Amino acid sequence: MLTNVTINGRTIAVRPGSTILSACRQADIKVPTLCHHPDQAVKAACRICVVEVAGQRLLQPACSYPVSEGMVVNTATPAVREARRTMLELLLSNHPADCLQCPRSFACELQQLASELNVRETPFESRLRQLKQDQSTVSLQRIPDKCVNCRRCVHACLTTQGIGLLYTAGRGRDTVVQTSGNVPLHDVACVLCGQCLQACPVGAITEVDETEKVWDALSDPAKHVVVQVAPAIRVALGEEFGGEAGSVVTGKLVSALRLLGFDRVFDTDFTADLTIIEEGHEFLHRLSHGGTLPMITSCSPGWVKFTEHNYPEELAHLSSCKSPQQMFGALAKTYYAEQSGIEASSVFVVSVMPCTAKKFEAARPEMTSSGYRDVDVVLSTRELARMLKQAGIDWAGVSDGEFDAPLGISTGAAAIFGATGGVMEAALRTVYEVVSGKELGSLDFHAVRGMAGVKEAAIQIGDLVVNVGVAHGLANARQLMEQVANGTSPYHFIEIMCCPGGCIGGGGQPIPTTNAVREQRIRAIYSVDEAMTLRKSHQNPAVAKLYADFLKRPLGHKSHTLLHTEYVKRG
Amino acid sequence: MKYYRAHVLICSGSNCAIKGCRSVKQACEQEIIRHGLQGEVQVVDTGCLGLCDQGPALVVYPEGVMYGRLTPSDVLEIVSEHLLKGRLVHRLMQQPTGPAGEVSPLSMTPFFQKQKRVVLKNCGLIDPERIEDYVRAGGYTALATALDVMTPESVIAEITQSGLRGRGGAGFPTGRKWEYTRVAAGQQKYVICNADEGEPGTFKDRLILEGDPHLIVEGMALAGYAIGATRGIVYIRGEYELSIHRMEQAIRQARENGLLGEGILSSAFSFDLEVCAGAGAYVCGEETALIESIEGNRGEPRFKPPYPVEKGLWGQPTSVNNVETLANVPSIIEQGALWYRSLGTPSSPGTKVFTLTGNIVNSGLIEVPMGITLREVIYEIGGGIPEGKQFKMAQTGGTSGGCLAAAHLDIPMDYDSLQSHGSSLGSGALLIMDDTHCIVDLTRCFLKFFVHESCGQCTPCREGAPALYHLLGKVSAGAGGHADIQLINRLSRTMQSSSLCALGQTAPVPVLSALQHFWPEIEAHLNGRCPANKCVMGKAAGKIAN
Repeated sequence: MLTNVTINGRTIAVRPGSTILSACRQADIKVPTLCHHPDQAVKAACRICVVEVAGQRLLQPACSYPVSEGMVVNTATPAVREARRTMLELLLSNHPADCLQCPRSFACELQQLASELNVRETPFESRLRQLKQDQSTVSLQRIPDKCVNCRRCVHACLTTQGIGLLYTAGRGRDTVVQTSGNVPLHDVACVLCGQCLQACPVGAITEVDETEKVWDALSDPAKHVVVQVAPAIRVALGEEFGGEAGSVVTGKLVSALRLLGFDRVFDTDFTADLTIIEEGHEFLHRLSHGGTLPMITSCSPGWVKFTEHNYPEELAHLSSCKSPQQMFGALAKTYYAEQSGIEASSVFVVSVMPCTAKKFEAARPEMTSSGYRDVDVVLSTRELARMLKQAGIDWAGVSDGEFDAPLGISTGAAAIFGATGGVMEAALRTVYEVVSGKELGSLDFHAVRGMAGVKEAAIQIGDLVVNVGVAHGLANARQLMEQVANGTSPYHFIEIMCCPGGCIGGGGQPIPTTNAVREQRIRAIYSVDEAMTLRKSHQNPAVAKLYADFLKRPLGHKSHTLLHTEYVKRG
Repeated sequence: MKYYRAHVLICSGSNCAIKGCRSVKQACEQEIIRHGLQGEVQVVDTGCLGLCDQGPALVVYPEGVMYGRLTPSDVLEIVSEHLLKGRLVHRLMQQPTGPAGEVSPLSMTPFFQKQKRVVLKNCGLIDPERIEDYVRAGGYTALATALDVMTPESVIAEITQSGLRGRGGAGFPTGRKWEYTRVAAGQQKYVICNADEGEPGTFKDRLILEGDPHLIVEGMALAGYAIGATRGIVYIRGEYELSIHRMEQAIRQARENGLLGEGILSSAFSFDLEVCAGAGAYVCGEETALIESIEGNRGEPRFKPPYPVEKGLWGQPTSVNNVETLANVPSIIEQGALWYRSLGTPSSPGTKVFTLTGNIVNSGLIEVPMGITLREVIYEIGGGIPEGKQFKMAQTGGTSGGCLAAAHLDIPMDYDSLQSHGSSLGSGALLIMDDTHCIVDLTRCFLKFFVHESCGQCTPCREGAPALYHLLGKVSAGAGGHADIQLINRLSRTMQSSSLCALGQTAPVPVLSALQHFWPEIEAHLNGRCPANKCVMGKAAGKIAN
């Protein structure tokens, strides 16, 4: 039985229990929202979505109000328009009107609302709060004056990530989102994942922009500037140029980077393949030598920091492998420099990552095994887009290019690192074949794919049944970690990605990054994998050559020096 | 049982406590012992007598003579004269005497004559710390009757027929609320007594809890029986230490006497109560914010629907009732819906407890039949405006109530009449102001309260209240114009229509009613003049408002 509702004179049948907002969307009627987020619980706090419901004395928020049979709704009456306008004017009266300087300009929901509701000025006295900015971290910065109190970041931190560092303090006009005691992000257990940033409708939380450092390096003739791009960039960057979510733009990405002036355009996928070899061997070693199990992946820096803060006693479970980004940095300034006869000190490594926590990872003191800072600058997908636009590169006209060898050669197994379950699937493809000596029939491990928060599979490898678990989003990760901490984990091997959907859903990705967008990017990632001839990391010829010429063997001495790391108990 | 020839009832309510009733009582007891009267005269702590302005106060029975504004040294005279020698101490008496110096009992004074005490029936007459006193006054009869001969449905039917409406402000029919909770699906249902009384000028719930805590225990047990709840929570404003103490003590005593706990009075009904102290936010008087607070969250209202009757405390069906509402329940069960309907008006049956504050002779606590006029309350019970000044305005219902002018003195005080005049019964606060006050200054002062107490969740209230306050500041400073009045109206409409809870929805009520009933005075401000000479003109508006 459907429920009949009349919205703006049109009667439609909707699912019982639907909200007025979803009914309106079904009827292609746009109702403006601000605190509403498609992946979060209803808050009904901003009240921008109020509508008139016949028979009701008050206006009702479309986002929370349920439909009932015969309900008559009007979404743009004079009373509704007046209320929305007044509320928006109130919001604007204490919002810094510095759109020109704001990195969220053109991707700002408040700006968009003002435009849609035709609000150009506010009759209310301007009252900026002049709250302290937080620029304590290398990844994220908070500008609380811009906060519109929608609480989407609070929800992202508490519910999506299960951390809950951001919360509402104060009341009335002093209401503000902050950390406990307003301690800087640097000094709390923030993992710098940037999911708060992704949830923020305005510019109250942004990444630390490092594009200038890259411009400087590119214009420095003494520097040999190489760039690596993470698997998740090629399925997301197109969105910054008006492309549909999940468009694959690998070729354009490579050419555009070349146009920017990078000396070499490499691929983090190369070290993703390498990670599989090292991590796969580490897993087999732990299995056969009574090492700590389950072993848990360590490519996601937000996840690593989360473990360091929340499970300092369980750090031995983390694979000692560095992330592909950091393996790349270490090799670029050793192997690549040697091979190309370039002075290591002149190699400048830029990475383009879907991630804000990668900025923190690159700055970790452990990440200097090449003798230099292994990765010099980390750009988010958004920062790269900014540079491309700044350089006047006509995205539509950019032709496809190919990554440079050798650090640009990769397999499909590396591509799927960008999606939740991808590292596990890539590892299974390799471990299975290395252990059993047999070739896998189907390469697709569907059980570990998709947006379910926790996934698991049991795989027969040789005479052993290997139980694997996969979680993404830290609230889900915490479930698996609780099992690990209390000794009840049923798994041998666990993959955890900090952000929902994996890296494609990271804090450095184009805005908006919603679950619907994540699913499209994931689809794109698997299409990249399927289009590859080589789909198993151990088939990567450049990786094989790296071992033959330089590393010698997995888990060998050089590997240990350059590709593995240690963790810090942060408590 | 011991009989005494005289009883000294000392008000121990917190209004008298802050004026020193403890030392008065101590002096009284010592003096009685010094005169060897302890076998003849009993000193009893009671709840509020209602004449808070005259505290510390005591009443000597059987004569019913009240002495007020006492100091410990005054008590020496009362004991040696009145209690020992039977001579009234006229200089301390607070009631009129006849031509021959004769005195009529306190209950016959104009202050009490116009009152009808249902909720306050025991206040000032029993020792609230003794369950025996409550039982002797007929307490727990209603609960026993209900458990014995009534089904939960018939309890709800009786309450529904009585026409009892919520006394916390919204006036929702209590019987219907209980019915909704009863039929809602849920494992564990809850009764919550809302005693988070935070409305400025309102202290009725505190004085009811202090004066007759067992009445609330009994009312809640009846509510629990009616809706099928086995657990109840009394959420008491944290500052109400005496209320919390007396309620906890009453719960303990009721438990010890089998009136709470498993199988109450040998019936199949089990019910228990606990007290939860609030943490100081006004908004927690809003029922869903109160529930959030009990659950340990930030005190913020939830959006509705779902209503608490469906999804309340811990997501379970919950009936949240005000102290005064619950205090009416035992009497209704005992004396019937018809009796209750004989009081008050058809749409607002029963009585209403008000707290009189401001420029009024008898400030304090009163209970009157619904439908009494403002004039009767102010001039007959309240004793009029002090110092010979003129009445200017009355704000009914608390800070979010409307400002009524002299023209409204004869409207009946009930839910519907007040609503039709842009005000409300609200919490029962009655603020009376004389003609030396300025309406702009007053409304600005009311708004400041909401600026401070807005929880900050929704836009219209969080941002609107300060903006409204600022605009009023502009008007007060003589810097306002007609455009500002238009903006005040528009902003008020938005706050009313779009705020998440009643706090924001009603915050503009005093402003709108002032615009309606006191326009000439406001218009004078637009022309740079404050007729009451209260507002300081010419200052930079921004400085004043902030």
